[in-house]
Amino acid sequence: MSWEIVIGLEVHTQLSTQTKIFSGASTTYGAEPNTQADAVSIALPGVLPVLNKGAVERAIKFGLAVGAHIAPRSVFARKNYFYPDLPKGYQISQFDLPVVGMGALTIQVEPLSGNAKPYEKVVRITRAHLEEDAGKSVHGASQGMTGVDLNRAGTPLLEIVSEPDMCSAAEAVAYAKALHTLVRWIGISDGNMQEGSFRCDVNVSVRKPGEPLGTRREIKNLNSFKYMQQAIDYEVQWQIDTIENGGKIHQATILFNPDTGETRAMRSKEDAHDYRYFPDPDLLPLDISEEWKESLRATLPELPEARRVRYVNELGLSAYDANNLTSSREMADYFDTCVNTVGVHAPSPQSSPASGRGGERGNQSSILAKLCANWLTGELSAQLNRDGLDMAQCPVTAQQMSGMLARIVDNTLSNSGAKEVFRTLWAEGGEADAIIESKGLKQVSDSGAIEALVDEIIAANADKVAEYRSGKDKLFGFFVGLAMKASKGKANPAQLNDVLKQKLAG
Amino acid sequence: MINATLKQLGVALRAKQISSVELTQLYLDRIATHNPVYNAYITVNAKTSLAQAAAADTLLAAGDAQALTGIPIAQKDIFCAQGWRTTCGSKMLADFIAPYDAHVIEQFNRAGAVNLGKTNMDEFAMGSSNETSYFGPVRNPWNPKAVPGGSSGGAASAVAARLCAAATGTDTGGSIRQPAALCGISGIKPTYGTVSRYGMIAFASSLDQAGPMARSAEDCALMLNVMTGFDERDSTSLQRDKEDYTRDLNKPLTGLRIGLPKEFFAEGLSADVGSRVAEALAEYRKLGATLVEISLPNTRLAVPVYYVLAPAEASSNLSRFDGVRYGYRAPEYTDLADMYEKSRAQGFGEEVKRRIMIGTYVLSHGYYDAYYLQAQKIRRLIAQDFTDAFEQCDVIMGPTSPSTAFNLGEKGDDPVQMYLSDIYTIAVNLAGLPGMSIPCGFGDNTMPVGLQIIGNYFDEARMLNVAHQYQLATDWHSRAPL
Repeated sequence: MSWEIVIGLEVHTQLSTQTKIFSGASTTYGAEPNTQADAVSIALPGVLPVLNKGAVERAIKFGLAVGAHIAPRSVFARKNYFYPDLPKGYQISQFDLPVVGMGALTIQVEPLSGNAKPYEKVVRITRAHLEEDAGKSVHGASQGMTGVDLNRAGTPLLEIVSEPDMCSAAEAVAYAKALHTLVRWIGISDGNMQEGSFRCDVNVSVRKPGEPLGTRREIKNLNSFKYMQQAIDYEVQWQIDTIENGGKIHQATILFNPDTGETRAMRSKEDAHDYRYFPDPDLLPLDISEEWKESLRATLPELPEARRVRYVNELGLSAYDANNLTSSREMADYFDTCVNTVGVHAPSPQSSPASGRGGERGNQSSILAKLCANWLTGELSAQLNRDGLDMAQCPVTAQQMSGMLARIVDNTLSNSGAKEVFRTLWAEGGEADAIIESKGLKQVSDSGAIEALVDEIIAANADKVAEYRSGKDKLFGFFVGLAMKASKGKANPAQLNDVLKQKLAG
Repeated sequence: MINATLKQLGVALRAKQISSVELTQLYLDRIATHNPVYNAYITVNAKTSLAQAAAADTLLAAGDAQALTGIPIAQKDIFCAQGWRTTCGSKMLADFIAPYDAHVIEQFNRAGAVNLGKTNMDEFAMGSSNETSYFGPVRNPWNPKAVPGGSSGGAASAVAARLCAAATGTDTGGSIRQPAALCGISGIKPTYGTVSRYGMIAFASSLDQAGPMARSAEDCALMLNVMTGFDERDSTSLQRDKEDYTRDLNKPLTGLRIGLPKEFFAEGLSADVGSRVAEALAEYRKLGATLVEISLPNTRLAVPVYYVLAPAEASSNLSRFDGVRYGYRAPEYTDLADMYEKSRAQGFGEEVKRRIMIGTYVLSHGYYDAYYLQAQKIRRLIAQDFTDAFEQCDVIMGPTSPSTAFNLGEKGDDPVQMYLSDIYTIAVNLAGLPGMSIPCGFGDNTMPVGLQIIGNYFDEARMLNVAHQYQLATDWHSRAPL
């Protein structure tokens, strides 16, 4: 009998405020140790926390983006434990009254195994709460001593807790990715996983169908989607093996070792802390007015899910393209700019053979959208990957790209010509029209010229024409090659095909 | 000069009858002579104080003086003052030099006052006799065998012994009012949120409130004018317009309704204290006030509720004293846990450890609801008692402390007996109300008796008026132990 996998995630997202959640110290990453540790970060005697409004606004935006209830009154609580990188001896967090209540996120799952089809799923978000980050212990800093760096202490975090709604590593990764996209999309976090701005704890358990939930183990601090998938796969197999071999799963916190690909217990439930949560008397309850909430709602951009649906329903894109284009707001905005701008540059694509061909029954904007989508998810994404850049660093602006795409639409550029223009834009910048001019890439779409050219070839290759006409269809490519060569590659391929077919038919 | 009021000192300074440097030196000399007996100060820094005095003299010469410019004020050693050792009465911070000023210290600096030194106190303000200080007990100037009360015992002793012009204190469960009563001085704990807690080392954050300790209600009003004001660095600081607390001092008391909680005049109150309070109330009737019997039915719950909530907050507030970044660290330890345990075991005194343990217990899983949550509920009931009472009266009066000053060591073995000495003051902190103590005579052992005045929220000006009118009619406040 097969096993069911049950997965829930707790994600710590660092909020993109300039200063810490309870003090004016900077949150910039990578400074010299303790240079961003002010009196509050060090927890000097007598200092007090003052809540950063920007952190609250980001939490509210997140809640609105996942359709969650925003608590009109939430409470900060102290989570008490001793550790050298926790200067106050307690972390200020939220416990029984979090700022964001139940919400949900729609995810697109691409199964990792062979031929299963992509599908959509809704993952419920239990809650999201504000808290401060701890500092860092730097072990073995000098002579076997442990150093403490409090730069990170007090950095604002939003901890986003999901329901145990996921039942495969693929779903967990899809959820984490969707969340990662969302927090960057709405501008509440830079989502930088290397710098720890987006850290995932994954709760995993297994059970036989119909049975109650199994005992879970929590994989802590995963900061890459690849590791998350590996860790879950390993952990699931470990739990199944353990049970099938007659063992029992004990609640535990575990760590994933990327070098060995294995998980390992860090501490068991027996040594779990009693955190002695209680409301922080230094902070007033956090009151959020309807007005404040609505003013923030007004600042939210069109969300990834809404845009994905729009791309499919209004622009006629495939689900696959729509997913790819909404993987980041930069990509989606780039795409939107292209679609809107190309239309302006090439106002009447009806007359062009490129758009008239192929039998698409969709409207013009759909054709345009598909062209833009192909270029963005194809050539542009490939080039970004090759150069190790993300969309925000793309050297070709959407305006530049549109200038080029417009020349495809109006038939000035052939596909190969367009690729050359794109390479030039990427490497040297500039403007498509100027590049086409200087490199002589304008394709021949003058039907008279193409007909003349084809006539010449037919006249010069009477034997091959005869063979073709007697049924050797494969020779068609030979004629195309000759014609292209004769036009120095500039003939409009579609037009050329049409003319050739027509003339060869006799 | 040492018996002059703040107002008189201000006049003398502005009239150049004395300079701030001379006045400061006068007090420094008195401290040098008497502090070995009273132990009211933990730290004196003559050079710094005299430099401040010289700066104040410049202001005075330029005619830029405010009410307290040039006047030497003693600061409770719970307030961080930049460059000053700030110990909070603990071995844990015995060598801690504060790198910043508390809001209260800033306010006095802005007013041009002189910081005369840091006064002794119960360790982390936990105590009612000043016997828990790591720096030794403070003596009561009226009888050096007796305690001065606590936790602001050093401040009360210094004011009574004329070792400063006035002092600051803090009050979590009576720590301004009880020592004021036991040392025969005036002290007021304002409404919670009136004085910023920024830079004041936390004991129980939801109860802690700073206030003045001085020789008269009028002096308290002048001090309060300096100490209060909104501070954005304390989220519990209240955003209100700045008040002049002297504005109502001279209003007549005709028609004043004084509420007398029957629970304050019951079992446990010493007869001599009861008599002095009754005499004071008779005086108030002469001044035109009427007496109304009221009830604060949950009074008996105040001490137990307090000893759940205050230790709970303290157990968390004191976690930062872990030997990692500053403060005491045990000289020898084997690993991290051992370093924590030894540093805290050696750095904290017995009473502090007792309260950390109580607080940790009541917040623990399985006990939180029964203790902490229950106590919070009763806290609201206690506050409601006062709200109801103020429907019938303008101020509430009663004894500040059930007895006069007891002798050192007398209650040392019985923490509960010690806790009960705050039985009349604690409810005021739980409700966040302003409370005051003024001297109203002497007990059988010739030690001072304090009259407590409790006001409604933000009614400090009225309370000071009520106290001042009494002090115009009597002279208990100007009696000196020397």
